[in-house]
Amino acid sequence: MKGQVFAITLVVVSGVATFIMFITTMHSLDRTRNSFYNDYNFSDVFVNLKRAPESLKEKIKEVPGVNQVETRVSAYVKLDISGFAEPVTGHIVSVPDDGKPLLNRLYIRKGRLPDPSKDNEVVINETFAHAHGFNLSDQFAAVINGKWKKLTITGIALSPEFVLVMRPYAMSPDFKRYGILWMSRKAISKAYNMDGAFNDIALTLYPGAKVSDVLRELDNIVERYGGYGAYARKDQISHRLLNEEFNMLRNMSKIFPTIFICVAAFLLNVVMSRTINTQREQVAALKAFGYDNVAIGIHYAQLVVLIILAGLVFGIIAGIWLGKTLGGIYMAVYRFPALVFVLKPWVIISAIIISIISALIGTLHSLWRAAKQPPAEAMRPEPPAKYQITLLEKMGIGRALSQPTRIIARNIERKPIRTFLSILGIAVACATMISSGFFKDSVDYMVNVQFVLSQKEDMAVGFVEPTSYKALYELQEMEGVHHAETFRTVPVKFRFGRSSYKTVINGIEQDSRLHPLLDANLKPVALPQEGIILNDYLGKILGVKAGDMLTVETLEGSKAIRQVQVVALVKLYLGVMGYMDVNALNRLMKEGDAISGIYLTADSQYQEKLYRSFVNMPRVSGTIVRKNEIRNFYDVQAKGMLFFTFIATLMACSICIGVVYNNARIALAERSRELSSLRVLGYTRGEISYILLGELAFIALAAIPLGFLIGNALCAYIAAMLQSDLFRVPMVIELKTFSLAAAVVLVSASVSGMIVRHKLDHLDLVEVLKTRE
Amino acid sequence: MTDQDKKMNNQGNIVFSVRDLAKIYKMGEVEVHALRGANMELFSKELIILLGPSGSGKSTLLNILGGLDTATSGFVSYRGRDLTAAAEAELTEYRRFHVGFVFQFYNLIPSLTALENVAVVTEIAKNPMKPEDALALVGLTERLDHFPAQLSGGEQQRVAIARAISKNPEVMLCDEPTGALDSQTGVVVLEALERVNRELGTATAIITHNVDIAAMADRVIHLSNGRIAEVTANKVRKSPHDIQW
Repeated sequence: MKGQVFAITLVVVSGVATFIMFITTMHSLDRTRNSFYNDYNFSDVFVNLKRAPESLKEKIKEVPGVNQVETRVSAYVKLDISGFAEPVTGHIVSVPDDGKPLLNRLYIRKGRLPDPSKDNEVVINETFAHAHGFNLSDQFAAVINGKWKKLTITGIALSPEFVLVMRPYAMSPDFKRYGILWMSRKAISKAYNMDGAFNDIALTLYPGAKVSDVLRELDNIVERYGGYGAYARKDQISHRLLNEEFNMLRNMSKIFPTIFICVAAFLLNVVMSRTINTQREQVAALKAFGYDNVAIGIHYAQLVVLIILAGLVFGIIAGIWLGKTLGGIYMAVYRFPALVFVLKPWVIISAIIISIISALIGTLHSLWRAAKQPPAEAMRPEPPAKYQITLLEKMGIGRALSQPTRIIARNIERKPIRTFLSILGIAVACATMISSGFFKDSVDYMVNVQFVLSQKEDMAVGFVEPTSYKALYELQEMEGVHHAETFRTVPVKFRFGRSSYKTVINGIEQDSRLHPLLDANLKPVALPQEGIILNDYLGKILGVKAGDMLTVETLEGSKAIRQVQVVALVKLYLGVMGYMDVNALNRLMKEGDAISGIYLTADSQYQEKLYRSFVNMPRVSGTIVRKNEIRNFYDVQAKGMLFFTFIATLMACSICIGVVYNNARIALAERSRELSSLRVLGYTRGEISYILLGELAFIALAAIPLGFLIGNALCAYIAAMLQSDLFRVPMVIELKTFSLAAAVVLVSASVSGMIVRHKLDHLDLVEVLKTRE
Repeated sequence: MTDQDKKMNNQGNIVFSVRDLAKIYKMGEVEVHALRGANMELFSKELIILLGPSGSGKSTLLNILGGLDTATSGFVSYRGRDLTAAAEAELTEYRRFHVGFVFQFYNLIPSLTALENVAVVTEIAKNPMKPEDALALVGLTERLDHFPAQLSGGEQQRVAIARAISKNPEVMLCDEPTGALDSQTGVVVLEALERVNRELGTATAIITHNVDIAAMADRVIHLSNGRIAEVTANKVRKSPHDIQW
């Protein structure tokens, strides 16, 4: 039983380890985040506006529910880093000159805050520093309000506001090309002529304050100062992405451990019923000596608990280790001062209770049988097993079967439930494999759709303010530029009924070559001459359907409020936005032919030169290079994805081996007598192996298509769970993922088969003749 | 005709020839001498009984004759073929085409009917009977489609005999075929064995520790302590019908 116990232990270890890993990681990140938020006073509400006098602060403080208010100056700047030719964007945020921000305080990892008397000192965020290998006193340049300025790093810091640093409306974080710079209020105010003024507010609320009321009130107050719309913490990008990640962890911690516990319970059931069968006589003898049912039941229950305990011990150790590893992987992307590792006793206790109870439930039937056998009956050997003609044979197909094949068919049919559960067990392992491959497949697909098929430009050049078409002609003239197209982006708030959503409208050229809008079937969507197209996810959030009139509040420029008809809802994988014909959008804005930026393709030889020119163009706010975006998406996603794939593969293999090997061993134990008899009658080793391995092969082969079905369903469930503002995971499973899953099943089946075959070759023919079954 | 004459007459018809056969089992650190230099023959068409108390070495002898076990030393030939030197695959082939086995616990395949249990052997034999005919020989024509679980012990043993004879073997080796049966059923089983020996001429060796059964044999080989103690010949074979125990 050694091998079988090991296989069960493996499954229990996997189940307990994943359960503890997911839950402790979630608890640890939650605790880490909460203490960082509390200790460093993360604000509840954020407002961006064009420019407002400092005196407005008092008015904001009077809004009911508002507790602390801090005004700031913030700006996006182009950075010029020597040795790094690509465009980099910096987000400058002011630090009060007394060095003590009230809200969103900095955790200084290294160095100090900038000296207010110097206008060239900055503190930078940690991921940005790591990405470029920056250290204290290192320097880089920035184009601040059109002026080139050399900046010196005085500190490296973390902020509750930027746990995850991500460029607004970007698809994924880019630590190399986007950084946060904290500068003294005095220095930045001077650069942007903001003395006695601000353009950014952070505030906290009193407990019980109604957030939506506060936001509405704030919007009213800042409207005349060019407010871009107040938003609550839940819409703050770093916080929102952390929440999404937590949700994913929570869901994962439900699915995977459940699968394992069920498989382990099933395996225990099979092994225990076999063990009890072979120990009938001992049980009878014990009962004849006067042991009662309870005592015998307890004896076997102890055996079950012992097996589970071994799994628990290793599972808990592995779970803690994996939890720390996963926590570490998160910490590389989500930056906190330190990971507070939380291992709540109830997590361990529930792991123990869930495992033991489900194992006992799994073996209850066998235990019950062991306990209730009358001693005299148990002492007698078991009568020959009852068999019957299989359905297949009744249908007339059986006549052609050889006797060995007939034996296989009847064995499979005799215990249909057990056969089905074995098939199901392996199918689940196969499905787990598929779900791990699915992550990569769907991300690859999304990247292909987003960055290859729908973004064909080499770079997107953004302007500081909406600009006239003249810019297009200028850029087209630059050396190396092949083709250029305009785009217009307008930050807006959509309203429909009681729902609202803040996002942007993308204005795209009609029949765009570089930036076609593709639907879920990858067909280009024709942009209507009038009206707006929304992606279906946004449609769902707002509750609109095609034909409805949508209210659009523009968050820049004229701040116009307009009605626009929803022409269609289109399924898109990334982002939550509206799409319009660029001219239609301009007509809606009533601003004439303005553009926000230009998509262009360029000769690869000239690309670096082009970046440099854009860095030096005051009107250009930044440049996004497509190939960098792709690389980044993978860089950030890859680690987590690889870890998850690794764990899922490991788990799938352990289930696979657990079920297949146990099946093989039990089949061997049950059939060794008849197989030996056949050997005695002159059957060769190969011929008897066919009977046993044929049965196992049937189970493994039947499990694969079922596994594909379950895998598909599991992936659909995961995809539905992972829907978020950032992306909707497409249901894409590549052929190679199916193949790999099938291969894992076949390999573990073959290895188990080989072990069993080895044992078949060493059957003791004489021994089996002496005893009755 | 004396015993010696019979032997001379049968010289060309020797099925088994056993010379100085020894078998030592290692049970942990203890060596068990199961056979200590046995010598014997089995002739064509002959029915012999191997008689002896348990531990006398009779099962070991039968297992070596049947190619299920190998000797530690000595020599066994089957129709002039050296079994002691045979490799595993050769022994399998030997069992497959030449030997019919009957065991104390029948060793039927529980998932197959009576007919199919016989077909298991006829499917791989060179010159088999029809399974129905083999079962008719042991009087089981009515029970062809019954599974072992639906048959009595005696019926199961007769299926085993039908299975053993269905390949038309040269020799039948039976290890305590009545050991698990009551005497009435035992007699029916012995009658089947006797009939096969008489009608088909299959050389038959039957192991028993039941002295009464010895009367149905041509010769009785007494084993004791791993050696052949005595060989006696019955002038007249008694019909199993007349044997009681």
